[in-house]
Amino acid sequence: MNDWINFTAVWQIVVVGLLAGAGLPAIFAIGIRALGTPGKGHVTAAEDELVGGSPAGIALAVACFAIVGAAIGYGIYIVVASGHK
Amino acid sequence: MSHASNDIVLALVIIAGLSFDFTNGFHDTANAMATSIATRALSPRIAVVLSAALNLVGAFLSLSVAATIASGLVETGLVTLTVVFAGLAGAIVWNLLTWLFGIPSSSSHALIGGVIGSMLAAAGSHAVKWQGLVSKVIIPAALSPFVAALVATVGTVLVYRIASSMREAGRSHGFRIGQVGSASLVSLAHGSNDAQKTMGIITLALIANGTLGAGATTPIWVIVICALTIAAGTYAGGWRVIRTLGKGLVEIEPPQGLAAESSSAAVILVSTHFGYSLSTTQVATGSILGCGLGKKGADVRWNVAGRMATAWLTTLPAAGAMGAISYFIANGIGGTGGIIVDLIILIAFSSGIYWRSRASTVNARNVNSEWRGTVAPPRRAEVEA
Repeated sequence: MNDWINFTAVWQIVVVGLLAGAGLPAIFAIGIRALGTPGKGHVTAAEDELVGGSPAGIALAVACFAIVGAAIGYGIYIVVASGHK
Repeated sequence: MSHASNDIVLALVIIAGLSFDFTNGFHDTANAMATSIATRALSPRIAVVLSAALNLVGAFLSLSVAATIASGLVETGLVTLTVVFAGLAGAIVWNLLTWLFGIPSSSSHALIGGVIGSMLAAAGSHAVKWQGLVSKVIIPAALSPFVAALVATVGTVLVYRIASSMREAGRSHGFRIGQVGSASLVSLAHGSNDAQKTMGIITLALIANGTLGAGATTPIWVIVICALTIAAGTYAGGWRVIRTLGKGLVEIEPPQGLAAESSSAAVILVSTHFGYSLSTTQVATGSILGCGLGKKGADVRWNVAGRMATAWLTTLPAAGAMGAISYFIANGIGGTGGIIVDLIILIAFSSGIYWRSRASTVNARNVNSEWRGTVAPPRRAEVEA
């Protein structure tokens, strides 16, 4: 640790920033794609339809959105907790 | 100064503090909402209402000792009400100038620069904690846009890779919904970071005046008025800055918007967790740049980025110079009269800026107009031509 710049903190900010800031949108993207997976007997409907109808796809999407939601909840918790030191 | 005139000065300082808080709000609406407005995830009006509400909530969430800005950067024992007033005046002038040109410069840097400038003018270089300035402000400011850009670039690449097989309409629809969430998180983080800075300055003024004892915590009425003021400023919407960030830097699609906002939220929150208070503006700008770099064929306007970078480099010294000038004026005339003269100049200057901005009004209706090299939106005749 240096008096002028804390390399440990910078390094950690980069790694955690990448995991949360790039990882979560990626998980969200997996969720959106899974949600749109067409199911059996699916008739192509509106162009911008979100739900494709595949049960496995919907299950995966729900799991992805749950992870993202939990991470956002944790983010809000950090804001609150760091404000009451 | 007599006790009564001191109370008048204190009232003027609080008014200046709240004026700064208001400019901070409207200057920074763009940080959270520019990308959502540009991709039409939210209508401009809804975006500013949502952002204002979340800034309000955010301001109440975070109640830590708000004087950190002051105590870590200047010798608080040497701070007088005149120093605080002049510093705020310098910060307001710089915030308004950069807003006029639609440049997303950091409100925190304007505030820090203004206060340090007036402090230098008042007491000389020993009154400033230079190491605190470098390690808490300058180095984080130099690194954060790069970190944010890196995170947003990686996020954008991943998101497009994953969603490349989807039809564009469905993909845009899904990511627009995600953008509402990520933009909300940035607004919340902004409220908890930035409202606190004005609370800190007003608390410092109350301590300098002897109204509060040294080491006192922020009174609840200060928290309430600062929270309401930054929310009002956010609602007013700095449309000029929103336009530059959302349309000027890079054309943004919903998946890029989500990646940029997620990067901003993550970098700000993680840094807060490690005890660094970053400039939300610089992080947001870095992220938007990154989401342009991460998408093939997206075309980043480097001349706009260069103008922003120049503004970032000049914000601290320029706001500092204006803070110092305000101090020399106020102190040269002396007493309450000096501060009132400062205030009159400030009001005249602000009115002038507002009048200049009327020549090329940017508002909720034309914020998304095609970018033709400047923040001024094309006139209707030019669009039809």
